[in-house]
Amino acid sequence: MKTAKTSLHPITRIVVGIAGAVMFIALFVPIWQIQLTAPQYPEGLELFIHADKLSGDVQIINGLNNYIGMKEINEKDFIEFSVLPYIIVALGLIGLLTAAVNRRGLYLFWVIFFALFGIVTIIRFYLWLYDYGHNLDPTAPIQVPGMSYQPPMLGYKQLLNFGAYSIPAIGGWAMFAAVGLAIWGLILEFKFKKK
Amino acid sequence: MKNNLIKATLAFSVIAFFGACKPKTASDAVTGNAAQKVYVAPGEHDEFYSFTSGGFSGQVSVYGIPSGRLLKVLPVFSQDPETGYGYGEDTKPMLNTSHGFVPWGDQHHLAVSQTNGEYDGRWLFANENNTPRVARLDLTTFTTTEIIEIPNSAGNHSSPFVTDNTEYVVAGTRFSVPFEDVNGDIPISTYAENFSGAITFIKVDPETGKMGIDFQLKTPPVNYDLSRTGKGASSGWFFFSTYNTEKAHTLLEVNASQNDKDFILAVNWKKISEMVKEGKGRKVKAKYAHNVYDHNSHSATSTILDEVHVLDIEDLEGVAYYIPCPKSPHGADVDPSGEYIVGSGKLASLIPVFSFSKMMKAIEEKKFDGDFDGIPVLNYETVLHGEVQKPGLGPLHTEFDANGNAYTSFFVSSEVVKWNVKTLEVVDRQPTYYSTGHLTVAGGNTKNPYGKYLVAWNKITKDRYLPTGPELAQSAQLFDITGEKMELLLDFPTIGEPHYAQIVPASLIVDKQKRIYDINANTHKHVVKNEDDTRVVRNGNRVDVYMTLIRTHITPDNIEGIRMGDEVYFHITNLEQDWDLPHGFAVMGNNNSEVLILPGETRTMKWVPTKVGIIPMYCTDFCSALHQEMQGYIRVSPAGSNTPLRYGTGDKAPKAE
Repeated sequence: MKTAKTSLHPITRIVVGIAGAVMFIALFVPIWQIQLTAPQYPEGLELFIHADKLSGDVQIINGLNNYIGMKEINEKDFIEFSVLPYIIVALGLIGLLTAAVNRRGLYLFWVIFFALFGIVTIIRFYLWLYDYGHNLDPTAPIQVPGMSYQPPMLGYKQLLNFGAYSIPAIGGWAMFAAVGLAIWGLILEFKFKKK
Repeated sequence: MKNNLIKATLAFSVIAFFGACKPKTASDAVTGNAAQKVYVAPGEHDEFYSFTSGGFSGQVSVYGIPSGRLLKVLPVFSQDPETGYGYGEDTKPMLNTSHGFVPWGDQHHLAVSQTNGEYDGRWLFANENNTPRVARLDLTTFTTTEIIEIPNSAGNHSSPFVTDNTEYVVAGTRFSVPFEDVNGDIPISTYAENFSGAITFIKVDPETGKMGIDFQLKTPPVNYDLSRTGKGASSGWFFFSTYNTEKAHTLLEVNASQNDKDFILAVNWKKISEMVKEGKGRKVKAKYAHNVYDHNSHSATSTILDEVHVLDIEDLEGVAYYIPCPKSPHGADVDPSGEYIVGSGKLASLIPVFSFSKMMKAIEEKKFDGDFDGIPVLNYETVLHGEVQKPGLGPLHTEFDANGNAYTSFFVSSEVVKWNVKTLEVVDRQPTYYSTGHLTVAGGNTKNPYGKYLVAWNKITKDRYLPTGPELAQSAQLFDITGEKMELLLDFPTIGEPHYAQIVPASLIVDKQKRIYDINANTHKHVVKNEDDTRVVRNGNRVDVYMTLIRTHITPDNIEGIRMGDEVYFHITNLEQDWDLPHGFAVMGNNNSEVLILPGETRTMKWVPTKVGIIPMYCTDFCSALHQEMQGYIRVSPAGSNTPLRYGTGDKAPKAE
């Protein structure tokens, strides 16, 4: 018998349902994007990170990075791409399930899962960016002692003649929206509990 | 004393007065805001492309309008050592003809493909006046993609002109000559009896643009000058200006200017095309080349064809009529409505304007004035709409705007004259500097001209620009024709000698442009899509080098084992897939030009070693920060030596034994 204690605040229930549904967007559209500008690239260059692949001007960027000794970016090198889609589906389904069964326990599980996923992703992304920008080929043609080219995780950074903007893409915004909804739900839950 | 002073003052005043009466100079003719109208700010684009003929350069130039800036010179009929066009193995077949390889051409006129009487921006057709040929350029790549030779013709001047849906590209011969199936070794003075004129209808495939000669009309021996398609009411007809109806073969300056009237030949090509389908006409043996360039295989093939379908024009009923036209007409131009046909007689003092509906009526009522070699001659007054009186001296060519106005170029009086087609009244005249030949109005030969700009392409330059020795570039003037009076905006020099141009809105073409060639679509016989597949192969005295270029190295960049007496073919693939990243390639002392290779393209360059020793090679087009490092070496050993064939780059480069 469902008691008030194990069920969710009605708004939380709606909110977690929406959050779950919205996660699925990240399967079909890019999650993150890196926009590059340079004096000789008036048309700009872009790199999109999806749940399961890379798109955009990957080949051109690889060709340019060759000069300063950065490694080639290859989809195959990222274990994330095989795992991410499943995690996203799982988050989405559990969110929807939580809304359906209206169980607080499941909701908290979902929130913790989401939080862990977020933290792990951010750390992994940062580590990859660090390695990519610091682990340079010693025989690279252009060598500036002590120089590194770690792309920004979020925001703008100048890397030699390129300006790099690292920002969410539609999928990323969807996930942020889900995070926002999750937090809102959490607040409602604790407020409700106090009542 | 006082008397002398008065005389002196009087004399001085008279001289000063006449001195002040000098005619207005060019700078006075330009109004204040002309500069603003032609200034295209840095980063901005021109509104129109002007595809301009290169005349005796053999090429086609592309200018931006209104800035008058030269955007590019496109190689068409002349070799271009800058790109290797006509030098490299892949493009040499384009310049093949029934006379063998011809390295130069005389490019006169241009025609943008049309759909429903308007530019559709798919292809640009160009004629060659010397060794008669018609070229088709692809406007997604701005390259020459096909050239077909015209048999039984000489001096392909009345060419190329398209029908209003580009069913045909039409080419008329300038010089009448004996057809190829009769003995040509005959006295020149038998011109009138044995020589014939040829009008060729080249069919254009609506999907691919591929050309093929559908039929030729064999006509009496006159000279064909220019022609235009009918449109609207006159769609299905074609109009050719003819001169030398005197049938002179020598001193044409005098002998072809005797007759008071020559003709405009009106041809119902639609009907003739149906007759051909029904089997009319005969096959004539004639050799001519057909050269096609494919953008996937990045190479050209040349085929020599040996027969063409001919119809004798005097055997055809009801499809060809002569309209008398004073006097040695140059242009035969059809107005946007298709109703009015303007004849510009080089030596005439008036401009006759004919009416298509009157012409059709005259044909029905058989208002003929006899015939000329079996073709009915219509009565001049019956088909005339009217004459523009005293327009100027030496009218050559007419184009139109969308407001019922005609613009005619006058060579002798060096001016452009604007007149109303219906009322035949002169509206405005503006000088050109100097002696304009043809002019172009944006879309001026279509059903719906864009108007706005007119460019006069002149024949005499003299003092228009800073002098460059005895040889001067031809001059062109840009006019604003939006108002009642034409306004001179800009004066700019041109390459070669523009005879004509087509001014097309950029919006019709820019979005279709290719930026690179897709390496995955490359089907060149000797393409290498991966650095690992590069290799050097020997077959007797022939050596094939399969090479790739990508920033910023050549693979292989060290080659050993080449010998004197070898013929070396470099097959070079540019592996880049980024915008504006061509690589060039050259070998020291090569009796050949470089090749320029665009991203995704493969180019073959031939080299015959001339000396024993070490021969450098390098990339010639500045491609990256380390372009100076994009180089390699070839070791040439004496003939008969047994230096092993070895090659590679970096770790794979041949090491010392």
